[in-house]
Amino acid sequence: MLGRTIVAGLVAASATVAAADTPVLTVYAGDYFNSEWGPGPGIEAAFEARCDCDLQYKTGDLLPRILLEGERTEADVVIGLTSDITKKARDSGLFAPHGADMSALTLPVDWTDKIFLPFNYGHTAFIYNNELIDTPPASFEALLDAPDDLRLVIQDPRSSISGLALVLWVQAVYGDGAKAAWEKLAPKIVTVTKGWSESYGLFTDGEADMVLSYTTSPAYHIIAEEDLTKSAAIFPEGHYFMVELVAKLAGTDNPDLADQFMQFILTEEFQSMIPTSNWSLPAALPVEKWPEGFRELPMPEKVLFYSEDEAASLRDTAIEAWRSALSQ
Amino acid sequence: MAQRAFAVTLPFVWALFAAGLVIGPVVAVIMRAGGLGGLGTPEYAALWFTIWQAALSAAVSVVLAIPVARALSRQQFPGRGALIALLGAPFILPVIVAVLGLLAVFGGNGLVNQIGGWLGLPRIDIYGYHGVILAHVFFNLPLATRLILQGWLAIPAERFRLAASLDAPMGRVLERPMLARIAPGAFAVIFVICLTSFAVALTLGGGPKATTVELAIYQAFKFDFDLGKAATLALVQLAMGMAAALALFALSPPAGLGAGLDRVPQRWDGRGRVVRIADFCWIGFAALFLLTPLAMIIVSGLPGLLALSADVWSSALRSLSVALGATALTILLALPLATKLGELAGLLGVAVSGLVLGTGLFLLVQPFVRPAEVALPVTLLVNALMALPFVLRILRPELDAAREDYGRLAATLGITGWALWRIVLLPRLRRPLGFAAGLTAALSMGDLGVIALFADGEHATLPFQLYQLMAAYRIEAAQGAALLLLMMSLGLFWIFDKGGRANA
Amino acid sequence: MLELRDITLHLEGYHLAANAEFKGRFTALIGPSGAGKSTILSMIAGFLSPSRGQILWDNRPLDGLAPAKRPVSILFQDNNLFPHLTIAANLALALTTKRPTPAQMERINAALAQVGLADMGTRKPAALSGGQQSRAALARVLLQDRPLMMLDEPFSALGPALRAEMLDLVAQLAADAGIAVLMVSHAPEDAKRVADQVALVADGQLFPPQSTDRLFADPPPELRAYLGV
Repeated sequence: MLGRTIVAGLVAASATVAAADTPVLTVYAGDYFNSEWGPGPGIEAAFEARCDCDLQYKTGDLLPRILLEGERTEADVVIGLTSDITKKARDSGLFAPHGADMSALTLPVDWTDKIFLPFNYGHTAFIYNNELIDTPPASFEALLDAPDDLRLVIQDPRSSISGLALVLWVQAVYGDGAKAAWEKLAPKIVTVTKGWSESYGLFTDGEADMVLSYTTSPAYHIIAEEDLTKSAAIFPEGHYFMVELVAKLAGTDNPDLADQFMQFILTEEFQSMIPTSNWSLPAALPVEKWPEGFRELPMPEKVLFYSEDEAASLRDTAIEAWRSALSQ
Repeated sequence: MAQRAFAVTLPFVWALFAAGLVIGPVVAVIMRAGGLGGLGTPEYAALWFTIWQAALSAAVSVVLAIPVARALSRQQFPGRGALIALLGAPFILPVIVAVLGLLAVFGGNGLVNQIGGWLGLPRIDIYGYHGVILAHVFFNLPLATRLILQGWLAIPAERFRLAASLDAPMGRVLERPMLARIAPGAFAVIFVICLTSFAVALTLGGGPKATTVELAIYQAFKFDFDLGKAATLALVQLAMGMAAALALFALSPPAGLGAGLDRVPQRWDGRGRVVRIADFCWIGFAALFLLTPLAMIIVSGLPGLLALSADVWSSALRSLSVALGATALTILLALPLATKLGELAGLLGVAVSGLVLGTGLFLLVQPFVRPAEVALPVTLLVNALMALPFVLRILRPELDAAREDYGRLAATLGITGWALWRIVLLPRLRRPLGFAAGLTAALSMGDLGVIALFADGEHATLPFQLYQLMAAYRIEAAQGAALLLLMMSLGLFWIFDKGGRANA
Repeated sequence: MLELRDITLHLEGYHLAANAEFKGRFTALIGPSGAGKSTILSMIAGFLSPSRGQILWDNRPLDGLAPAKRPVSILFQDNNLFPHLTIAANLALALTTKRPTPAQMERINAALAQVGLADMGTRKPAALSGGQQSRAALARVLLQDRPLMMLDEPFSALGPALRAEMLDLVAQLAADAGIAVLMVSHAPEDAKRVADQVALVADGQLFPPQSTDRLFADPPPELRAYLGV
């Protein structure tokens, strides 16, 4: 233990000196989170202003890293887990109840989880260029029946969280008919990418007519680029709900700071930063307080969502339906 | 006798050390997983696809490289040196940058389809098996060409003179023996590179039918957190890579083309009109195929390049220092490993799954230090291990030749140890060393991070920033960063390679 | 004096036996190609270890000594000069692997003058003719100053006149310096020209050296077979 401290001290000497008397809250987050245009910097500044502490992000692979580190993890708080993979996180026993009052939540689904606290949400949706496509498919069924020269790009459910949401979406809409639905979709799928960013890049480069993304994606183009040509196709069958979560580590060295951060999540100050930095919907903010550009976005009437246990048990079936249909 | 025992043991120890650096982390993952996991139908399908696409990609790359390298070796024209350097570019491009460039040419709205559209041709789709092969040939044709070109240049001028004076067919007396020596090795390395293909197969493969083993590992690790399955797949991948390497090493005869004084080869074939036209057609084909995607990256990246943020520039600096550090480490590891045994050990680095390597190192260091604190050394080490196979493939034939030609002379003069390297071997290795260093630097520049586990986010490398820009919808900035990355990779390669080729 | 005592060497598909003392000032090893002449030099130089037996110099066994520690210098068939070093730098390696001292430079220049290359020190080997390269290599061997100089098919790339001239130069310089010479050659006329003793290597065996005059005057059957007389 002493040896480890000395090594750590030597290597991180400069950082340690600066932070010697300020308590540090270590927050694990996804890769994009703490980039200059991500939500991280704003949240850090706002929280540090009220906590007299130093909030430090460690970004990278979230869950694999926590599970690898186990009890040894330095994280006090993890931000950015998604609901479809929380079962593994919960089963690890590494997380503690958040203790936050969730009455302010404005999610389209009921949320009562005592460990994972939502901070933003969205829905899966296919995005298209409304200058090139006048009449997008009006339903999921219409998408399946669309001519095969409609070019789609999607993400791999085995490497991407949005890809996983898509197969669960198809599973929720078609149930046992999921494989047949995928078989109808297969000829239209130009390619399947590892992650969301490759897909979206292909779409904006004109490689595809529609891309699997989120209902909120057009807001970025509208607000940041004043580009009104991107729209989400809204389907009456419903859209799969995706929520991003925060959780506190049971073994945190700073339980008070961590609690304070958990209490901060659902405040208006935090929530109002979400739309234009995370480009998603705030988990606890009434629509009238959303920025312009978000308020006008068409939103699905029906929201589909599997609980974490359902998601865990359906996952292999949903992925296999996708895999076998697309392997033919 | 003592001397000889020493000479046998030291490379053995080095090879063992290098192999341990790769195998240790894999073992760490297996131990953490508590054993190996079982494989199912999707994994076997991935295995089969991985093997045949790698074999086909390697075969096409080598077969196309032969006429291109021959043409480059015997035709002199203005800008030849610059062209050779540029043709090496695709191999050192970060995958995502290269894929963007290929799509700009072969994609749905790419040049090929636009021209085809005017001519009324049906639309070509790049996605599918053929897209994977195309991308792998795009990446690896430059490597194959450089390796074979080096083979040509290593033939002493005296041989060409001899063959010319005997009016002997160049192909049979000079080219075939050279190819028999170089081509199997080139095939082996490319095959093994393509075995670990991940992002290419996924981006251009068009769906789960083009799933590679490396992707299956990623899936097992990232979503299932099934370390046992990940480790099993990593072992399968290692075994395939090593089996390929062993088979091809056994087929590949040892170097035996003799020594000549280092002159630029002057040749007597390749002067006829038909031959010249054919040669320039091959050079033109290679240039068009390899350089057009690069040009597209430049064109689309220029607007964003001027508007890059300070973060991007500082990550560019960080990538630069990683690249230089990894280059130094790689060369230091490679020189004592440039033996047959060492090359085999080094090959592990290209057959190993980067993800499993990173995870294993993470598990190994975690009990002792905070992983973020050793991010830099681990990054350097992983990059060095990944680059070693290429570097060894480039250095060993030249080093073997230098030892064969001058080993006895050095021994009678009592030149041993460091003096042997300084006086005898290194000066003879300038050209391949320059090439190898340039390659390592460029590959390390493009390193995204098997080391994502070690990164703390504040020390992102340039490719990492590029992904972040894309994830944040900043497509123009991403294209600018892609161009910056391309310029830095090529720039580093050019500087090192130029240094090695000066006066050579 | 060099002695090969009960030497046998087994290599793959090859067998060689040698038991001989070399008393001459200039001994030539002759015999058909592939007989093992160069292999014998390799054993004496330390590149190969005999399967059995001992190599002695002045009754001191050489087993286990590194090539550079043996009392021999050697002139190879080719690759005698490092192409990337100047002639002077090549010669300097006979004395030191570091920067030569002024005293050493003086010796180097003297050696160059001895072989008639007085102002060639700053050139690279490629800038010299074949004969000049041979002279430079000879100068380096002289600088090594070992009691036994071995030549492996020397000057075979040179024309007959030039080769004869070089052989005379070797013989004269070796005699001046008191150095014994052991030369491998496939040309009997070379041996007749400069060697006082000749040893025949044939049929996997080294025959003891004999006086050149006597040997060629009355060749034994093995030599007859080789000479074709």
